[in-house]
Amino acid sequence: MIKIDREECIGCGECVEVCPVDALSLDSEEKAVVDEDTCTSCGLCISTCPTNAIETKIMARKGDTSQYSGVWVFGETNDGNLKEVGPQLLGKGRELASEFNDQLSAVVIGSDVKDAAAKCGNYGAEKVYMVEGEEFDQYKTLPFSFAMSQLISEFKPRVVLYGATHLGRDLAPSVAGRLGLGLTADCTGLSIKEEDGEKLLLQTRPAFGGNLIAEIVCPNTRPQMATVRPNVFSCPEETENSQPEIIEREVDLNPELFKVEILERLSGEEGEVGVEEADVVIAGGRGVGSEENFQLLEELADALDGVVGCSRPIVEDGWLSKAHQVGQSGKTVSPKLYIACGISGAIQHKVGIRDSDTIIAINKDPEAPIFDVADLSVVGDLHEVLPELLELLGGEDGS
Amino acid sequence: MDFLVFIKQVPDTDEVKVDEESGTIIREGVPSILNPFDEYALNLALRLKEGMEDEVNITAMSMGPPQAKDALKKCLAIGADRGILLSDKVFGGADTWATSFTLFKGVEKMGGADLYFSGQEATDGNTAQVGPELASHLNLSSMTYVEDVLDINPKEGYLTAKKETDEGFIKLKSELPVVLSCMTPPDFEPKIPGVKEIMKAKNKPLDTWNHDDLGGTEEEYGLEGSESQVISTYPPPSKGPGEKFEGPAEEGAEKIFALLKDEGVCDD
Ligand SMILES: Cc1cc2nc3c(=O)[nH]c(=O)nc-3n(C[C@H](O)[C@H](O)[C@H](O)COP(=O)(O)OP(=O)(O)OC[C@H]3O[C@@H](n4cnc5c(N)ncnc54)[C@H](O)[C@@H]3O)c2cc1C
Ligand SMILES: Cc1cc2nc3c(=O)[nH]c(=O)nc-3n(C[C@H](O)[C@H](O)[C@H](O)COP(=O)(O)OP(=O)(O)OC[C@H]3O[C@@H](n4cnc5c(N)ncnc54)[C@H](O)[C@@H]3O)c2cc1C
Repeated sequence: MIKIDREECIGCGECVEVCPVDALSLDSEEKAVVDEDTCTSCGLCISTCPTNAIETKIMARKGDTSQYSGVWVFGETNDGNLKEVGPQLLGKGRELASEFNDQLSAVVIGSDVKDAAAKCGNYGAEKVYMVEGEEFDQYKTLPFSFAMSQLISEFKPRVVLYGATHLGRDLAPSVAGRLGLGLTADCTGLSIKEEDGEKLLLQTRPAFGGNLIAEIVCPNTRPQMATVRPNVFSCPEETENSQPEIIEREVDLNPELFKVEILERLSGEEGEVGVEEADVVIAGGRGVGSEENFQLLEELADALDGVVGCSRPIVEDGWLSKAHQVGQSGKTVSPKLYIACGISGAIQHKVGIRDSDTIIAINKDPEAPIFDVADLSVVGDLHEVLPELLELLGGEDGS
Repeated sequence: MDFLVFIKQVPDTDEVKVDEESGTIIREGVPSILNPFDEYALNLALRLKEGMEDEVNITAMSMGPPQAKDALKKCLAIGADRGILLSDKVFGGADTWATSFTLFKGVEKMGGADLYFSGQEATDGNTAQVGPELASHLNLSSMTYVEDVLDINPKEGYLTAKKETDEGFIKLKSELPVVLSCMTPPDFEPKIPGVKEIMKAKNKPLDTWNHDDLGGTEEEYGLEGSESQVISTYPPPSKGPGEKFEGPAEEGAEKIFALLKDEGVCDD
C-alpha cells in the first residue's frame, strides 16, 4: 500500500499517469488519492512523484473477508509446459473448492502458455486466468509478482496455492510482502477448519528441520496463501477437452520492474536429474567409498527404474552434481521407495526424505541414526549387500 | 558502500528435541548457533568487501531476544563492522510478515544500505520468506537461491550472481540495491575467528534498538502484527521402528528383495 502526503502533493497527476492499475486519481482539491483495494503496491508512483509526496505504507490487507471467494492454483510452467505440481494442487484444490462451495481456478503467466492454460482445465480448473506476453518469457520475480498481485487485487480469491518449488518459494513471498498477506511455507497438508462460522484454510507444515509439525491459519487477510511441497498430493486423472473459461488480462509492465536480467544458463552444471519426481531413489553417502563405487548404485537404479541421489559430502567431493543432493540444502524427495546406502542419517539429510513411503537403509553401523526412520534396516557392508541384491534382481529378469 | 546482512540466532537443529506432551520444542540445554546460511551470507559479504576498491561497511542486523547478541558478537568477530539487535517484548511471536516489517523499520532507522544479504532460510522456521518479503517492503527486487556473487560494479550500479533454479544454475544481472537470499555452496569453509578477532570485536559498535527506537504502533509488530497464526504444534508422527536385520549379506539382500516385491517396485 502507499501513503500520500497531501501537503507535499502538487496535483501534477504524474502518479495517476504511471499507475498501471488505475488505483490513483486526483480528488476535488487536486490532490492524489489512492483506492486501497486496487493498489498492488508496485511502487511505480513513488519513484515518479517529483515532490516525493508518496511513500510506502506497509500494512496488512485486512478488510471485508466476505468479498473473497474461489480457490486458485498457480500453474507453474517451464518453457510453456505445465509442471507437475500444478495438476497435483488442482487435485487438492478441487476438494477444498467443494468444501468452500467455490470455483476452482488456475493462473498461468508466460510467453506461450495457451496449451498450459487448457491443460489446467483438463485437471479440473473451471477458469484459467492467463497473462501472456514476451516479457514473461522467463521467470523474473518482479514482473511475475506484479502480474499476480494485479490478478489477486482484481478478482479477490479466497485461497491461492503455489508449488513450493524454487520458483514458487520466490514468487509467493514477494506477492505476500507486496499485498500484506500471511503466507504459510512448504505445506504438507491442507484442510478446512471452521472458526466463528467461517471456513478457514488449515495449513500443516513441518518446521525445525522436520522435528516439529505446525498447524497454521491466516484468519484476517485474504487471500489465504500457501506454498505446497511437490508430490504431497497426487495428480488427478487428466480429462480431454475440458474447455475451461479463459480470462486473459493484459499487464502493463513499467521498465522499472526489470531490475534483473537473465544473462545465461551456466554450463558445466548438470541440469535436473529428477530426484524430486522419482518413484524410486537410490541414495549413496560417504559409506559408498569412492566415485567408481557409485556404479553399483547406478545399476540398482537402472534395475528398479529409479534415479541416484546422494548426501552432501558426495557433492562436496565432486562425485555427483548438486542436482543429486537430498536434504536440507538439496532436494526434498517423496518417492515410493528410498534406499539409503552408506548414509549416516544426519538431521539435514533426514528432513529431505521424510515424505518417502518406504525407506530401506543399508549401513554397517548398527547405531546409525538413519535406522530410526527406516522401515527396513539392514546392518551390513553395502559392498556385499548390493551385489547380492543385484544378482537377485538380475536373476528375476532371466539375464 | 554499506552492506547489510540479516542474521538469525537459531537452535542447533541437530540437537532439537520435541516435548511429546506439549508438542513444543525443548529449548533448555539446546545450544544456539548463528543460522548456517547467514554465516555464509556474511562470509560472502566479507569476500566482496575485500575485493572492492570502495570502502565497505558491513552491518549485521538481527531481531531477537537479548541473548541473540551472542550471534551478533560472532558476526563482529568474523568481520562485520557493526551489529544491531532489534529487541523488544512486542516483537515476539512474529510471523515472517511481521519479522520482515520489523527488520524494515530497522533498515529505515539505519538509513538503508547499498546491498542486502539474507540467508536462504533459517534452519528453525524454514520458511525462506523473510528475504523476499523484506525486499517487497523496501520496494526492491529480491534474488533467492543465490550461491555466489560473480561480479559487483558499484559505479554502474549492478552485480551479477549465480542462482539456482528448478532447472539448474543461471547467471543473473541485477541493479543495486537488491536483496540476496544466499544459499551455502557445497565447498564453503566458514571463517573461524581467532582470539585476536574476538578481542577486536569487543570494540566494535553493537547497538540494541527497541520498539520506541523504531517507531510505529505496537500493533504492527510481533504477534499482533502477524497474519499467520500457529495454532498448534506436535512432533511428527513416528512410523515406529521398522524391521532391523543383522546377519549375512546374502540374507540381508533377500530381505530387501522381498520388500521390493511387496511394494511392487520390481516384478515377481
Ligand atoms: C547447514 C547444513 C546443511 C546441510 N545440508 C545437507 C543436505 O542437504 N544433505 C545432506 O545429506 N547433508 C547435509 N548436511 C551435512 C550433514 O550434516 C552430514 O554431514 C551429511 O549428511 C553426512 O553424509 P553421509 O551420511 O554421507 O556421511 P557420514 O556421516 O560420514 O556417514 C557415512 C555412513 O556410511 C556408513 N558406512 C561406511 N562404510 C560403509 C559400508 N561399507 N557399508 C555400509 N555403510 C557404510 C557409516 O557407518 C556411516 O554411517 C548439511 C549440514 C549443514 C550444517
Ligand atoms: C513451527 C513454526 C512454524 C512457522 N510457520 C510459519 C509460516 O508458515 N509462515 C510464516 O509467515 N511464519 C511462520 N512461522 C514464524 C516464523 O518462523 C518467524 O516469523 C521467523 O521470525 C522468521 O521465519 P523463518 O525462521 O522461517 O526465517 P526465514 O524466512 O527462513 O529466514 C530467511 C532469512 O531471513 C533472515 N531472518 C529471518 N529471521 C530473522 C531475524 N529474526 N532477524 C534477522 N534476520 C532474520 C535471515 O537472513 C534468514 O536466513 C512459524 C513459526 C513456527 C514456530
